[in-house]
Amino acid sequence: MLNNLTAHEAHSLLASKKISSVELTEAVFAQIEKTENKLKAYVTLTKDEALKRAKAADNNGNFTGLAGIPIAIKDNMCTKGILTTCSSKILANYLPPYDATIVEKLAAAGAAPIGKTNLDEFAMGSSTENSGFHTTHNPWDLNTVPGGSSGGSAAAVASGECILALGSDTGGSIRQPASFCGVVGLKPTYGRVSRYGLVAFASSLDQIGPLAKDVTDSAWLMNVLAGYDPKDSTSVDIPVPDYRMALVNDVKKFRIGLISDLMGKGTDEAVKAAIKDAARKLESLGAIVEEVSLPTFEYAVPTYYLIAPAEASSNLARFDGVKFGHRSSDAPDLLTMYYNTRREGFGAEVKRRIMLGTYALSAGYYDAYYLKALKVRTLIKQDFEKAFKHFDVLISPTAPSPAFKIGEKAADPLSMYLSDIATIPVNLAGLPAISLPCGFSGGLPIGLQIIGEAFAEEKLLQVAYTYEQNTEWHKRRPTL
Amino acid sequence: MKYETIIGLEIHAQLLTESKMFCACSTKFGAKPNTNICPVCTGQPGVLPVMNQKAIELAIKTALALNCKIEKSSVFARKNYFYPDLPKDFQISQYELPLATLGHLDIVVEGKKKRIGITRVHLEEDAGKLVHKGAARIMGATESLVDYNRTGVPLMEIVSEPDLRSPAEAKAFMETLQHLLQFIGVCDAKMEEGSLRCDANISLRPAGEQKFGTKTEVKNMNSFKAVFKALKAEEKRHEEVLSEGGKINQETRFFDDITEQTIGMRSKEYAHDYRYFPEPDLVPIEPSADWLAKIKNTSGELPEAKRDRFLNEYKLPEADAEVLLATPALTAYFEECLKLYDHPKTIANWLMGDLTAYLKTNNLAIEQINLTPAQLVEMLQMIDKGTISGKLAKTILVEALKSGKTIKDIVAEQGLTQISDEGEIKNIIDEVIEKNPKQVGEFRSGKDAVVMFLVGQVMKLSKGRAKPDAVQKLLRQKLGQ
Ligand SMILES: [Zn+2]
Repeated sequence: MLNNLTAHEAHSLLASKKISSVELTEAVFAQIEKTENKLKAYVTLTKDEALKRAKAADNNGNFTGLAGIPIAIKDNMCTKGILTTCSSKILANYLPPYDATIVEKLAAAGAAPIGKTNLDEFAMGSSTENSGFHTTHNPWDLNTVPGGSSGGSAAAVASGECILALGSDTGGSIRQPASFCGVVGLKPTYGRVSRYGLVAFASSLDQIGPLAKDVTDSAWLMNVLAGYDPKDSTSVDIPVPDYRMALVNDVKKFRIGLISDLMGKGTDEAVKAAIKDAARKLESLGAIVEEVSLPTFEYAVPTYYLIAPAEASSNLARFDGVKFGHRSSDAPDLLTMYYNTRREGFGAEVKRRIMLGTYALSAGYYDAYYLKALKVRTLIKQDFEKAFKHFDVLISPTAPSPAFKIGEKAADPLSMYLSDIATIPVNLAGLPAISLPCGFSGGLPIGLQIIGEAFAEEKLLQVAYTYEQNTEWHKRRPTL
Repeated sequence: MKYETIIGLEIHAQLLTESKMFCACSTKFGAKPNTNICPVCTGQPGVLPVMNQKAIELAIKTALALNCKIEKSSVFARKNYFYPDLPKDFQISQYELPLATLGHLDIVVEGKKKRIGITRVHLEEDAGKLVHKGAARIMGATESLVDYNRTGVPLMEIVSEPDLRSPAEAKAFMETLQHLLQFIGVCDAKMEEGSLRCDANISLRPAGEQKFGTKTEVKNMNSFKAVFKALKAEEKRHEEVLSEGGKINQETRFFDDITEQTIGMRSKEYAHDYRYFPEPDLVPIEPSADWLAKIKNTSGELPEAKRDRFLNEYKLPEADAEVLLATPALTAYFEECLKLYDHPKTIANWLMGDLTAYLKTNNLAIEQINLTPAQLVEMLQMIDKGTISGKLAKTILVEALKSGKTIKDIVAEQGLTQISDEGEIKNIIDEVIEKNPKQVGEFRSGKDAVVMFLVGQVMKLSKGRAKPDAVQKLLRQKLGQ
């Protein structure tokens, strides 16, 4: 089945003309035909566009990199003339007048965009249950969530409904769904990938990255995504390495810190066992693994839930019914138009975070909440810096548990927020991290998170690649 | 009781950049609505701002001219409020950490120099323009349209200390600032066109009191005159309320151009919590020492320094300096001439006299004329050499301004050069003697003054091209004296 190939495998077949990009793309759409009604990974499919690009790649015949590879794009990245909804009713009809920088880069690389994947509305959530349209199902167990917010992309990769996918990660939105769906998810260093065209949730935390079937594909996609963009002032102008060169099967003498703070009572026993096994595996491959404590971690979730909603409350102000997207038909005057448009257009979680953020920035509360949160953020960064004086990379569970049941946490936002406890500190510090499969519990995948210093994606990739080469977890595929 | 008036000003100046503050759209005024727009300045989802370096440069140039301290690191902030002319529903501005602080500007009121403190200079983006149908404002309108052409145009905010003590001082401050902004070329600074706007904070306190009284903010003053009138009216209102033992409410008031009174807004309407926080999509402005030095070097001389130079070095009368410094274009014209011709007073006389008169009659600005400084100087040099007379030059100048022809061409075409050939003059003299036997007789009989009449006749016949002193000399020779 061609759709289950990795990108690098498909590339070899394309380059040697054993298959065509059209065949590959058709195989992906055949799988979508077969399983999408169960998974609901996509919001919009762009079959015509994908086949057009596939044909162009075949005609060109020069298959380098991701040329001719079908790729899914999370629906919070702007695609010119193609619906970009953020899985929100308020943007249900929004056709962007421009392409995100990464969408331009994919086009330049010759990839075939097959559709826009489902997410928690405006990337706010950890299960895709907050999508304004539908919940995506985990291909390993349709009664469980795929994680979020990039749940659509993770489910599509895991089920072979695409070869590769793009996700965005503000507090774990690439890594946690990767963990839940048994795929590889990489959140790059803040500033490594352009955010231009990514509909902002929390500007100082958002970062686009790959969701892939293995570590090699992640490196390939990073080669396309990474780089300075003059349209994004927060992107960093430093040279981009060839990430494929980091795919070296060797961790000898690597100093690896196992974050003890994430191995306590909040984490499932099965998850802890899988992570300990992974640590032993790395040791057996020549790495030096030691436990390390980052005491500020316990403040990361509350800090995040002040900073991210504060930025979101401002970022989401523009959805006001004036210029684009939904406008309430019940609008006798301006103020009522604002109220009704936003009341009708936004879901409960988005409203909750807008209110949280508005409150945190309000006169009289700013110092106690937002400013305090910024200070704690600095402390968390310092904790990481201290740890990286002794370690090349840090490891931890990606999530405290495997995928949970649909509806299980929907009524309890706090327990939902805690499912990102291991991933959030990484965003606050702007660091790169990768999640890859390291075990199973009750038929559901478990993810290992590897965290690196800023712009040390290559180290992450090397450790992840070595682990992957010496284990079999990534070869398992769900049966649907 | 006698009261002291305290005024502080908040000025917004549109910067003269080609493109907007955070995108590449044109800032050109007067384009068709919503044609100078792009995804960034219409606040499409996913877009990001990118700083316009030129705008930062112009603001720094201004801050330096206002003797400000340029901050090592300044930060953009979001000012959050909902309004249809603000596509993102927040304005990118500066709040806690502005571009520059602690400057001053000297003004002259009734012949006395006074130093006014500048609290801060910062950068921000302009909002769009709303047009309403059925009502003057959006509340009650049946239809409202928005033009985003102006959205994102770079604005510089200049805030003064509450150092102004009268409406006249406030007006003088605005005039001096306008002159400065135009002079250093950062802003058109036309209040009537909105490229320079001003809000004022005013309060009164009993004379001798140290504590400030309650202030009101006055908006909607669209000319220097309006600034003066609005503050006069508001000053009077404060005084009346206070002297009757009343209390001033802290509020925003609009100046009504027609009634010349200020009108209070319901304070609720303007009670915003802007929820400022640092703009996460931009990095701090951290001007390097090199860049600052470069801006300083290219800034040129400020009006005050020029004035000193005109008075002391060129020995120009104060009135002349005043006129020559009135507009940057005139000053530049004068200085161009001076580079080619080292007689400041002569140039000044021509610029202030004939040239200004011509501009006035024809309602022109000096930028609109074809006559270059080099040509004007050429004409002045022709006078010095005696090629043309000063009186003729006046006619030639007007002709050059009207036709756009060069001075040389006009002189050549009309045969206006002075006659230096003695023979030609002698012929004319013969003709005059023949035609005026009576006057010739009188002269010969001792009435010396009649010679001037005869010189006049020669000049007339030569169409002014003869040199009067040469004519007189030859006449006397001819008549045997
Ligand atoms: Zn624009």
